[in-house]
Amino acid sequence: MTQTPEPARRVRVTSSRRSGARMTNTPIARDLDEQTGLGDVYLEGLMRAQFRLSLFVVGLAALGLGLFPLLLVMLPVTRRLVVLGLPLPWLVLGILVYPVTWLAARWYTRAAERIERDFRDVVAPS
Amino acid sequence: MTSTLSLAAVSLVCLLTLVVGALGLRLSRATSDFYVAGRTVSPRLNASAIGGEYLSAASFLGVAGLIYDFGVDQLWLPVGYTLGYLVLLVMVAAPMRRSGAYTLPDFAEARLQSRRIRLLASVLVVSIGWLYLLPQFHAASLVLRTVAGVPPWVGGTIVAVVVTVAVGAGGMRSITFVQALQYWIKLTALAVPAGILLAVWWRLGHPEPVVSDAWRLALTPRDTGDHPAYRTYSVLLALCLGTMGLPHVLVRYYTNPDGVGARRTTVNVLLLLGMFYVLPPVYGVLGRVFLPDPPGSGVDSIVLRLPGLVVGGVRADVLTAVLAGGAFAALLSTASGVAMSVTGVLDQSVMRPWLQRITGGDAGVGGGFRLAAIAAVAVPYAVSWLTEPLSLATMVGLAFTIAASTFAPLLILGVWWRRLSRRGAAAGLTVGAVTATGSIGAALVLGSPSGWLGALLANPAAWTVPLATVVAVVVSLATPGSVPAGTTRLLVRLHTPEGVDVRRSRPTD
Repeated sequence: MTQTPEPARRVRVTSSRRSGARMTNTPIARDLDEQTGLGDVYLEGLMRAQFRLSLFVVGLAALGLGLFPLLLVMLPVTRRLVVLGLPLPWLVLGILVYPVTWLAARWYTRAAERIERDFRDVVAPS
Repeated sequence: MTSTLSLAAVSLVCLLTLVVGALGLRLSRATSDFYVAGRTVSPRLNASAIGGEYLSAASFLGVAGLIYDFGVDQLWLPVGYTLGYLVLLVMVAAPMRRSGAYTLPDFAEARLQSRRIRLLASVLVVSIGWLYLLPQFHAASLVLRTVAGVPPWVGGTIVAVVVTVAVGAGGMRSITFVQALQYWIKLTALAVPAGILLAVWWRLGHPEPVVSDAWRLALTPRDTGDHPAYRTYSVLLALCLGTMGLPHVLVRYYTNPDGVGARRTTVNVLLLLGMFYVLPPVYGVLGRVFLPDPPGSGVDSIVLRLPGLVVGGVRADVLTAVLAGGAFAALLSTASGVAMSVTGVLDQSVMRPWLQRITGGDAGVGGGFRLAAIAAVAVPYAVSWLTEPLSLATMVGLAFTIAASTFAPLLILGVWWRRLSRRGAAAGLTVGAVTATGSIGAALVLGSPSGWLGALLANPAAWTVPLATVVAVVVSLATPGSVPAGTTRLLVRLHTPEGVDVRRSRPTD
């Protein structure tokens, strides 16, 4: 749709053959539904994109929270560190972790919806 | 005086639950009512309902009790309860809603097209549900014993009766609005006293808590042979993955209009849980200020005892009553949610076939359901008589561990991996269930041996979850012949966004 209209017009004028390749305008959605090879490729792509996004979020959480105990063990001074009137572990685990998790979830939801929007635009253009 | 006000608050909460159960009978006669309601429930309301059902006595009393007892390392518990929803969000929320499955056994059967795996999943749902109900009875006894000095059996019996009647009447679950209200009742009942107690503490010159280094400093071993880092990681893994496998969690997702709604609901749930879980540590720390020496047992009651220690007279009575009412709201809403799930499974896979056989198909639907409700509550109630109450949060943690070792691999592999076979799924479920229950049972029987053996047995998630996953994957790869034929169709259904016309692959719901 974003392409320039020029080549499209030429094709329409010059081709009058009926025996050429079938020009379907059936959406890929039907391929998905009927489980053709093409539909499979698209499904695989969608699942991979979504799974990569999910792993990214889980990885971030695992890295952030997985490394925190390690930090406390490796650098014992952090166990006594007082930030904003609270010891660091209490501040991080008691308060900060919650808004950060919420923000991560919001970001994830938007990204996942974007993937789905792009997918919809490709397989079922309106 | 304390007891009068508190008993009034507890009675009010019980009465409310019963009235709602009776109304539910009128308002919802079939599961389809639940579906129809689902289309009109907004993510915000639904999130409150999920929060209302999820926050149990373990969250209301147990977390504060463990922080009071053991200190900073227990902060990981509420973090884990919350992160469980983040993992659920990114791994299964939208696909589960799109699957059209109503319960975990439904999903297992739809994904793997096997009655046998459905049965396995049903047994697990019932076991996890019973394990989750057990601490709710203990919590009820604890609340009434603390605020009114009544014998321990009274509280558990009251909860058993109220929950059986509410569930047996039907439709408790279907009233999203009431569960949503429960969340705000619990939040208020915990937040307002916390604010008042904090203000009083500040006016007293905010004295420091009297604690040992092991309490104050993160990851300090409690004794020689304790492995705090392993324990922390293992508990965190169990909570993060266990949430999605709890029987009462997934059912609520059906009230979302679609997959996108399921995700948005979960984001709101995370906000609500965060608002709640900043509160229990306040009670744990203030407990150490005003009652520096924890009593040997019953630390779970610190939330209820704190008002009496900080302020005196009528003010303490009112605050205690508010907290007792909140605690009962917490355990009743969770217990009815869990009992409802267990009842549904028992009804479907035990009662209905059995009644069919003895009556030749003449039995009404209601009778079997009510019998199932009685069984769902009576078994854990009987067990609660026989078991020594562990700490509330510890007992709930056992349910999380089993859920994480069984349903989490099944759901994640089922949603994301095409080559999961029937045999693989069955093997994974079995190995996860046997190792998780086996090692917890061994730890309980042996009385938590110290050293690595004790650590591995008491908190097995760190090894049982990977083991169950690896078994499921390896067996699946070895038995490609038992990959169910409809796998691709189901994955199309799980992952295709709304608005794409794949009518053959979608269920008609």
